[in-house]
Amino acid sequence: MSITYLEAIREAQAYLLKNDPRVYIYGQDVGAFGGAFKATKNLATEFPGRVIDAPISEDAMIGSAVGAAIEGLRPIIEVQFADFSTVGFNQMVNQAATLFWRTEVPCPITLRLPSGGTSGGGPFHSQCLESIYAHFPGLIVCTPATVEDAYSMLIESVTLDDPVVFCEHKYLYFHLKAKSLPQEALPIGKARIAREGRDMTIVTYSAMVHECLEAAKEMAQDGIQIEVVDLRTVKPIDTDTIIASVARTGRLLCVAEEWPWGGVNAEVISRVVAEGFNLLDAPPQRINAKDTPIPYHPRLWSVHRPTAQSIIAASRHLLRI
Amino acid sequence: MNQELNRETIEQAYRYMLTARKLDERLAQLYRAGDIFGGVFLGKGQEALSVSVGMALRKGDIYAPLIRDGAGRLAFGETVLDALRNCLGSPLGPMRARDGNVHRGRPREGCMAMISHLGASISVVNGALMAKRMKGESGFMGAACIGEGATSTGAFHEALNQAAIEKLPLLLVVANNQYAYSTPTTMQFACKKLTDKAVGYGVTAHEVDGTDLESCWNTLQSAARKAREGEGPQLIVAELLRLCGHGEHDDAHYVTDDMKQSNVGKDCMELARTLMTSQHGFSDQELQEWETSTQKDINHSISIVKQEGGPDPYTHSWNPLATRELNEQANGIAK
Repeated sequence: MSITYLEAIREAQAYLLKNDPRVYIYGQDVGAFGGAFKATKNLATEFPGRVIDAPISEDAMIGSAVGAAIEGLRPIIEVQFADFSTVGFNQMVNQAATLFWRTEVPCPITLRLPSGGTSGGGPFHSQCLESIYAHFPGLIVCTPATVEDAYSMLIESVTLDDPVVFCEHKYLYFHLKAKSLPQEALPIGKARIAREGRDMTIVTYSAMVHECLEAAKEMAQDGIQIEVVDLRTVKPIDTDTIIASVARTGRLLCVAEEWPWGGVNAEVISRVVAEGFNLLDAPPQRINAKDTPIPYHPRLWSVHRPTAQSIIAASRHLLRI
Repeated sequence: MNQELNRETIEQAYRYMLTARKLDERLAQLYRAGDIFGGVFLGKGQEALSVSVGMALRKGDIYAPLIRDGAGRLAFGETVLDALRNCLGSPLGPMRARDGNVHRGRPREGCMAMISHLGASISVVNGALMAKRMKGESGFMGAACIGEGATSTGAFHEALNQAAIEKLPLLLVVANNQYAYSTPTTMQFACKKLTDKAVGYGVTAHEVDGTDLESCWNTLQSAARKAREGEGPQLIVAELLRLCGHGEHDDAHYVTDDMKQSNVGKDCMELARTLMTSQHGFSDQELQEWETSTQKDINHSISIVKQEGGPDPYTHSWNPLATRELNEQANGIAK
């Protein structure tokens, strides 16, 4: 018996619907159809009236979630692709994110964003938008890399009294499997050491964790031990775990699938340089997707985002300088 | 059941309108005296419509007022002190000096605190109404108020369509005050009348003379009854004129004389006053006494609020999240 990353998201939602009458799901095609990726498969039948099809109106979907949260409910909004959430961006960053600060009324809504690239996805079905959401105060941004985290962090997201942007990676939906669902988990806001090592630290998150682990495995054959930190949550960032790792290794490479400008990598490097400059034996490095829209053709896409091979190259460079 | 505009209800409505108008006049003075940070936005000329919306609502309903809804807010339960505290930046106000002027509300009591983005409140009201339905409540209603400018936004379109699909008991009240800041209606929409839009969304439309209290009252009562009885969203379009600038920083020189002298340019307060004396037996002296006592009450409230001072940035909590342990403490001030 095994469970995929996508099934874990479905199971987390089933658990939430079963155990919390305040939870409902709203999004395009989430009802009888079960969602574009089947993340809500059969939930409309199991929980009548609580898994609701929305018109193609991301602004109204998210705005209505804020109203429902004020009334004490805990909506989960499924946006079909993270890329489309920009249509509802205003409601998330201006309405949801400011509500508690302005009125002391919490805004417990969870925005599920199927994120990141898959082969053939192209410019508008592939984006990673965690950094633009993380920029706004009042939002929590989760980026689970494992089946276990997809499950436990989604449950915790809905339990929190704040708006959460839950960036689930489409590349992991079907390929990533675990034996069973977790019984316990690290909380949101805590990073995880995905692999221990003494020679350098890679800080990464979401699907890139797996590329980094593959790179670390290959580098280990040459006797190089890379420590891989999985951020799990990009806002807040667990700076303590990052600094502690850099203190052990003296070298830092940041890897993210999103675009480079002002992103998570930039934030991590900025914090390490500001708070742990003396721990560094070499200038921190980063790899991101190329600074262009995301290409459609698999051959172009294969070099657009970081891969195990480009991470290895960057690691070897970092170890030389 | 429609509630009639009788001697008792018109007295209540008029008193709310009067308080809103007097409060606006004092806010304009305070603005000119430099006592207010940021802008001041008045509801002059829109009181009859606003109060009719506020009084069509009941406790337990949802209300998303816009910037010119002082009268409606009072009718829905806002106090003069709340309004003044927000405008003067008192930490005891509903937004604790974190937001100012018309950006205020008490969401737990059903009054949403508007953001500046026009049309964005409509879907918030929709969501609250959907939640009430999911919780098994009945007989409730929501009102979202906008100007004609907001009808051009995507948020308006998405939210009205959403309300129609979900058959929500929503009053969408459009105060067509002829100018969105300085933009005339000819540059805002190309349909003959804004009520023409209703058919495209599958909702009922009501058109009303926004300067006339009795018409506003009857229209809002009728629309509210339909909404509460399950007939879905009601689009109400009131024709009126903003009798002031967009804010007090704006002299509204772009409002044409023709417009001022047309039907929409009539002052709803003066018309309401005539209605009170000619149809409902109130005397001029009585109305004058109300005006004096309202003015006195407002001045008393101002003196209270002025003594409360402003917020203390050093003891202020700088946490944007309700989950205390997840607030990033990167900002040097934040402890």
